[in-house]
Amino acid sequence: MSETLVAAGADASAPAAPGARRFWRRLRAQRAALAAASVVALLVLIALAAPLLTALEGQDPTTYHPDLIDSARGGVPVGPLGGIGADHWLGVEPQTGRDLFARLVYGARVSLGVALAATVLQVGIGTAVGVTAALGSRSVDQLLSRATDVIVAMPLMIMALALLAIVPAGFPRTVLVTLVIGLIGWGNTAKIVRAQTLTLKGLDHVAAARLSGWNTLQVARRELLPGLAAPVITYAALLVPMNISVEAALSFLGVGVKPPTPSWGQMLTAADVWYQAAPQYLLLPAGALFVTVLALTVLGDGVRTALDPRAASRLRVGTGRGDAGRTGKETTA
Amino acid sequence: MSGFGGFLLRRALGAVITLFVVSVIVYVVFYATPGDVAQITCGPRCSPEQVHQVARQLNLDDPLHLRYWHFLQGLFIGQDFSTGTSVEHCTAPCLGQSYQSGRQVLDIIATKLPVSLSLVLGAMVVWLVLGVGTGVLSAWRRGRLSERVLTAVTLAGTATPVFVIGLVLMIVVCGELQLLPFPQYVNLTDDPEQWAWNLLLPWLSLALIEAAAFARLTRAAMLETLAEDHIRTFRAYGVGERAVVGRHALRGALAPVIALNANNVGSAVGGAVLTETLFGLPGIGQELVHAVKVVDLPVVVGMVLVIGFFVVLANAVADVLYAVADRRVVLA
Repeated sequence: MSETLVAAGADASAPAAPGARRFWRRLRAQRAALAAASVVALLVLIALAAPLLTALEGQDPTTYHPDLIDSARGGVPVGPLGGIGADHWLGVEPQTGRDLFARLVYGARVSLGVALAATVLQVGIGTAVGVTAALGSRSVDQLLSRATDVIVAMPLMIMALALLAIVPAGFPRTVLVTLVIGLIGWGNTAKIVRAQTLTLKGLDHVAAARLSGWNTLQVARRELLPGLAAPVITYAALLVPMNISVEAALSFLGVGVKPPTPSWGQMLTAADVWYQAAPQYLLLPAGALFVTVLALTVLGDGVRTALDPRAASRLRVGTGRGDAGRTGKETTA
Repeated sequence: MSGFGGFLLRRALGAVITLFVVSVIVYVVFYATPGDVAQITCGPRCSPEQVHQVARQLNLDDPLHLRYWHFLQGLFIGQDFSTGTSVEHCTAPCLGQSYQSGRQVLDIIATKLPVSLSLVLGAMVVWLVLGVGTGVLSAWRRGRLSERVLTAVTLAGTATPVFVIGLVLMIVVCGELQLLPFPQYVNLTDDPEQWAWNLLLPWLSLALIEAAAFARLTRAAMLETLAEDHIRTFRAYGVGERAVVGRHALRGALAPVIALNANNVGSAVGGAVLTETLFGLPGIGQELVHAVKVVDLPVVVGMVLVIGFFVVLANAVADVLYAVADRRVVLA
């Protein structure tokens, strides 16, 4: 009895290689998810390489170019196509003349950075609260579940909007937006994790681990976390595009990331006025948002399918001889 | 306490407790911020005298719990505000007074609420009809070209932020094609037809992204139901395809649709803020953004509480509807 327990424990704490490998295989089996993953990778690369790309262009996102603006015509960029040329690859911003390409690629940094960091916060808090509620005493569970209900009752956009009003102006806005989204948006993660932990708690191997004298922390780490990984990762993958939209929305309303820091949502604030003179001023940030959220959503769907045990048959991977063949190929690659 | 009555009572009690806790948290978060509360409350444009007056009005020397008690009193029996020279009575439910305009917060909300309700409720009709309809259609036409097109369109729909859809709709429909004038809010009671025409674009902007989520959910739930044994039995008995899909499979999607609708009220309210700002509709959202920008704290707090009230209410109603649609919930 104790031998099998040790074996089970060792198995759970061993590197998650088989699970991770199966996950990648199942993800790659979906063409749409693969394409989305490539787009996301490209976007991350652009965000990371923003200083390099703008150096290549010879511009930066904050310098004003009044000479490129026709102030007589209300601030329209000089030249055809909104000032597109060898110096300014995508033209310049109306009224300020700031380089659009530079603002767009630096905007990717803000967008992805805020969304990812906020997701990490949401998932971290949500998982901690959910696991504690499910494993704690009845009163702890009551308290945390009630707290979760309350946080779910407060709409993220509204609370974020309101909170941004009272924070002193000196606080760095990008960090602030991340914190606000992360600290308010953990409710659903906590709910999912609590429900999943309760299910896992009833399973034999977890009960056995508890009976063999492991403390709660050991049980949580070795027996519960592996079972929680799939639902948490699935939900986190859905949170990222949602957070991108929220950051863009807050910045669009003028209470999120503030100039001179570029953000896609903020770029759209004034874009509707200029759509005839400089259509790319509207189309570029809107398109960037659309592509990013779409790619992340498709990738999230793919992650869900890859982690869903019921989806195995649909993907036609993960069973039988084909599986062994693929695994072999993978280890050599 | 058991059965449906007990469930209703428990749910109502839960909603009241949640609302109470929300009010405490919102109050504490906004009125116990580090820094000069009077200055923040009054806003950056206030003169030192005004700040002083605000500090007196808020009784900042009192401990926080006492101040919250006064706030609760105002909510249930009304409150008096001294404006220096005269005393102004704010009848219950009193949410406080704006420091920018001097108007009572509840008055401001009452004048803005019809606009926001028109927007959100109208959009809800659009997203339910459009979303569930698309979901049913794509579950029915599974594997055909039309289903693939619908799936692609709904996927694109979920990926487009509300304000991007709104911007594009406004520019294309009002600007380029000039099919509609730029929306301007008309009261429903003044002219129902103009009301609907002017809200058409805002409704679509707000509803499309939600409709996409409903389409995906309805499709998934219906496909699951269609694969179940009782559906096969219906088919074996010769029940027509239209009845199988339209009546029996749709019933399986009812409960998840209700649950999602409740879940999405919060995000729809957020979307309403964007839609109102974009189209210049004089609703609660636009007022909230304004209040946030000028840091008019009583207005911000009052609006957050009122919105919280509606979200909690919507959740409670949805839970009850969910229980009606699926009686097993009551037992849980």
